[in-house]
Amino acid sequence: MKGAADLRFKTYLLISMLIFFGPIGDLLMSKGMRRIGTAPSWSPAALLHYAFQVFTSPIIWCGTLAMIGFFISYTVVLTWADYSYVQPASALTSGIAALLGRFVLGETVTPLRWAGIAIVCLGVLIIGYTPPRTTEPIDAN
Amino acid sequence: MLIEVILVFFIVVVGTVGEMCVTRAMKIIGEVKDFNPRTLLGVPIRAFRVGWMWVGFAMMALAYFALLGMLARANVSYVIPITSLSYVVGAIGGRWFLGEAVTHQRWIGVLLVCAGVVLVYLGKG
Repeated sequence: MKGAADLRFKTYLLISMLIFFGPIGDLLMSKGMRRIGTAPSWSPAALLHYAFQVFTSPIIWCGTLAMIGFFISYTVVLTWADYSYVQPASALTSGIAALLGRFVLGETVTPLRWAGIAIVCLGVLIIGYTPPRTTEPIDAN
Repeated sequence: MLIEVILVFFIVVVGTVGEMCVTRAMKIIGEVKDFNPRTLLGVPIRAFRVGWMWVGFAMMALAYFALLGMLARANVSYVIPITSLSYVVGAIGGRWFLGEAVTHQRWIGVLLVCAGVVLVYLGKG
């Protein structure tokens, strides 16, 4: 019983991490790229300067780290949890993205969008009551 | 029209099957029990030694390019709701390809998530 509770806890923890890191990574990357803008021209010197700006931007680095965090959380949770459990749960990222848009970027979130977020949360809640793992590890041989 | 159907097929089916191949690779790696950062960083690296991971990544890359192609042709508020069909494909594939127990309860949750994602994107101000 304790094993099942531990499994559920670590599944929730990793899913929370991936729904946190995913939208944060997107937000930081988009903020960073918007700040830098598009390449002024296609000449090698301009492209080199542009690449330098991208690779020395702290926001882009933070975004990259968040995306690495997302990728690690996603792959690690799939080492034990069902895909049909993790995939819909990761849809909560759309809710987090809307919240970030509302409270960080000051965007308007329409009532229809709030309703969508509520329905996604309800769906994830229902899935959350099913067992996170229903399969055994696959033998590579 | 035909090209759009093909692009949607790549986004929804090929992309989701790609993710399932990645899942298969992770199941071969086996449950991670040690959560120190070194081990966690090593998990994706170990996964790339499994063939399924490469197959999955190649399919996800195709789906990504199909998504870019579709976004160039149609409005995002039309494209994203269609891509939410991935959750349905995920539940079917989870059952048949990965052998997961997709119960009625999980199906209800999946369909609600699908509907919710459609509303989230339709409600984009």
